[in-house]
Amino acid sequence: MASGSSIDVLGQFELHPVLGGLGEAVRLSQSPVYMVIACALVLAFLFYGMKPAAVVPGRLQAAAEICYEFVRNLAVDTIGPEGTTFFPFIFALFFFILAGNYLGLIPHSFTFTSHIAVTFALAIMVFVISIIVSLKVQGFKFFAHFMPAGAPVALAPLLVPIEILSFLSRPVSLSIRLFANMVAGHVMFDIFASFVIMLAGLGFIGDVLAVGPIVINIALIGLELLVGVLQAYVFAILTCIYLREAVAH
Amino acid sequence: MTEDRTSFEDRLRAAQTRVAGKQPAEQQPDSEDKSILALAARAGSEMLGGLIAGVLIGWGLDRWFHYRALFLVVFALLGGCAGILNVWRLVKPPGTDERES
Repeated sequence: MASGSSIDVLGQFELHPVLGGLGEAVRLSQSPVYMVIACALVLAFLFYGMKPAAVVPGRLQAAAEICYEFVRNLAVDTIGPEGTTFFPFIFALFFFILAGNYLGLIPHSFTFTSHIAVTFALAIMVFVISIIVSLKVQGFKFFAHFMPAGAPVALAPLLVPIEILSFLSRPVSLSIRLFANMVAGHVMFDIFASFVIMLAGLGFIGDVLAVGPIVINIALIGLELLVGVLQAYVFAILTCIYLREAVAH
Repeated sequence: MTEDRTSFEDRLRAAQTRVAGKQPAEQQPDSEDKSILALAARAGSEMLGGLIAGVLIGWGLDRWFHYRALFLVVFALLGGCAGILNVWRLVKPPGTDERES
């Protein structure tokens, strides 16, 4: 990533055609390839995990069951009994983002969740689904939420736009959070990795000093593992919260 | 033995209320934030999200109606307010809910 002495930290997020001439012809970049890999990994994990279908689960099956129950409890605890309806959606969302975040941590791979186009598409999907569910469950009472109950009517011209903006900010903050965390993490990796290369050019003292950024990068891997699961969790739980508000009467 | 029996019946009752579609009454409005880390990860971006949504909408309206920066200024301010409102909704103590949303 570091070409010469300049640090090109954002080059890792650039999209390139992959798979040679075929990829060039169909404009296939790393991003959809890694999305397919992420989906395949999650599906393979669930399929091979649940293949034995044993009453007393083995390790892989136990892992698959824990994942299932974790997201199911998340959905049902947050949304309520209607959560079972949305459970498949939330499960898919959580594991798609989690697999994307973790795939990106593998060296030379690509993090598709580091593109705002991807995260905003996911967020707008959640947003549109929550609006559709709101309109279906609450009907036109849904629009009453934009005027806080008990507030003076004279303040409505101020309060209603703020409430609407607060509502519209949901997909923005949802997408920016995931995107910014992923970009920040990978930029930090790249910066510290290029420090190592720069220090290596300084001779012996540089070799000694270069241990510092390497240690920091190892610690950052641990941090990014936490951030990856945390961001997927936050995305999933916010989807649950929005859907709970949608199904609340 | 009796304790086992009561705990089983408690669980049975809890399961029955769950199946009947009634949540146990102890569910808090803000019980979703189990993880304090998840809360911390949200706070900053909630505020930023409001501001960015406001700026984007204001900029879009300016482009649409060919105003110079009127909508941008107004909606940036409103967006900042919305961001602060988002953070307040996030961190407010339970029980100060002004409405059931």
